Amino acid sequence: MSVELHYQTLVELATLLDTGRLSSVELTAAIIARTKAVDARVRAFNSFDEADALAQAAASDARRAAGQGRGPLEGIPVGFKDVISVAGQPLTASSKMLANFVSPYDATVTTRLKNAGAVCWGRLNLDEFAMGSSTENSAFQPTRNPWDLTRVPGGSSGGSAAALAAGEAVVTLGSDTGGSIRQPAALCGVVGLKPTYGLVSRYGLIAFASSLDQIGPFARTVEDAAILLGALAGHDERDSTSVKVELPDYRAGLGRRQAPWRLGIPKEYFGAGLDPEVAAAVEKAIAYYRGMGCEIKEVSLPHTEYGVGVYYIIATAECSSNLARYDGIRYGHRAQDAHDAVDIYFKSRAEGFGAEVKRRIILGTYVLSSGYYDAYYLRAQKVRTLIRQDFLNAYQEVDALLTPTSPTPAFKAGEKADPLAMYLCDVYTIGVNLAGLPALSVPCGFSSGGLPIGLQLIGQPFREAQLLAIAHAYEQAHDWHQKHPSL
Amino acid sequence: MPVPADLNIDHVAHLARLALTPEEKTRFVRQIGDVIAHIEQLKQVDVTGIEPTAHAFPVANVWAEDIAQPGLPVELALRNAPAQRDHMIVVPKVVE
Repeated sequence: MSVELHYQTLVELATLLDTGRLSSVELTAAIIARTKAVDARVRAFNSFDEADALAQAAASDARRAAGQGRGPLEGIPVGFKDVISVAGQPLTASSKMLANFVSPYDATVTTRLKNAGAVCWGRLNLDEFAMGSSTENSAFQPTRNPWDLTRVPGGSSGGSAAALAAGEAVVTLGSDTGGSIRQPAALCGVVGLKPTYGLVSRYGLIAFASSLDQIGPFARTVEDAAILLGALAGHDERDSTSVKVELPDYRAGLGRRQAPWRLGIPKEYFGAGLDPEVAAAVEKAIAYYRGMGCEIKEVSLPHTEYGVGVYYIIATAECSSNLARYDGIRYGHRAQDAHDAVDIYFKSRAEGFGAEVKRRIILGTYVLSSGYYDAYYLRAQKVRTLIRQDFLNAYQEVDALLTPTSPTPAFKAGEKADPLAMYLCDVYTIGVNLAGLPALSVPCGFSSGGLPIGLQLIGQPFREAQLLAIAHAYEQAHDWHQKHPSL
Repeated sequence: MPVPADLNIDHVAHLARLALTPEEKTRFVRQIGDVIAHIEQLKQVDVTGIEPTAHAFPVANVWAEDIAQPGLPVELALRNAPAQRDHMIVVPKVVE
């Protein structure tokens, strides 16, 4: 076999499983062995349960042997960002607050993956409560980038991206509130997709900013991401923001050539702060699309510069409200020296939350507080309308937008000590969440230092099938996704 | 960056039910001040007549059938409680 088992794609592995050349137990054991070999350096996992994973794999093999296989995810180990509930497994949000929490029930995406036959593999590290862009805000450990262990994997779903790049899972799940799937996918050289708001249920996802959060797939290829998205998407009565839409077969849609597409290049995404090597790689990708006959058109998203400001009002306001539930009473960390019930709140939260979470709670509480609501929160919601309108205006002329995912390749651990500098990493990804749009990052090259670069494709609401087809066309003509870090 | 004169960290921390150390207060006022200075640029935007967006795809009046369904068993619901006794969560006395 030319490619090691742990670097095979979901599609390749599904074929091996289907033809009896590989069992799920063998595959799962190989993933466990790989994880044990490299994770002391990568630190993508908060925890995993070897015996439980092998038992799930054995059950999958038994189903398959009985002719009851459930499709392409049957027997495939899937890694979970540690904010998505799997009944009986830890659910920590990489926070001391939930260090000992065990999920009492399955998230809807977990139920869907179990119904598709997947093996629910380990718990993947993140910035505490998904707040950060480097996975350095984890209360337990910083995850490192498999391409350069002195650098960050991005965040907040850094564990999900790094585990995939290091061969510690076949596909993984992340969540994206301001770029938390796409940015780490770009920095680790894998595919990451944030679905349209409402396509994937948030039931069983630890809430950060509820009007922005979406669960989405990480995968080695666009086709693998399409398969996983197909399993995740769909209306759920348990999430009142879940939208009823007709779901296409995302995978089947890849083969149907719909090119040439009309692709927009938002000029605001190519200004100051963009690393020249990233710009060059994205320009080459744009040239590829032009060469295949796509119409390339410059467009303007004039409110782009306000995205970070709007985001850090809305996201922190929603976080200050969502995280009020961690009071030390019903679950989570409880301070031992509190003298009364209210004192439990103050001290448990002081002990349980890390610095970034505290900062965001304070900022969110401030912008919502009496006398400031109109000046900050209401104004931010209005500018959010303008940002969304910018995108919808652009879609009058084009099918999708092409941009860099991140202004730079992976940065050094500890490099961005200043919170505002870290927030500005998300400048190209945040608008998508504010507008509720689907977007994905696909590898489009490497820096001279050997670090992956990601191309972001931003699509129209609920047009994930088209977005995946556009990305797939690029990927078919390039081999970036076949390169792996040496660990 | 200027520290916002009206960020009363003690008041806001009290609203958030969050005990902060003196060192955290000093650091957060400075760091949040930087972020607020950045956010101030939103004041340049003309938002006259613009409706606020709370959700990108607002879904109104989501109804569920009123059908009794099994909830979490008590043992599971209390599994993560910091202190429990007789199927109840234990807290300090709240009334004298």
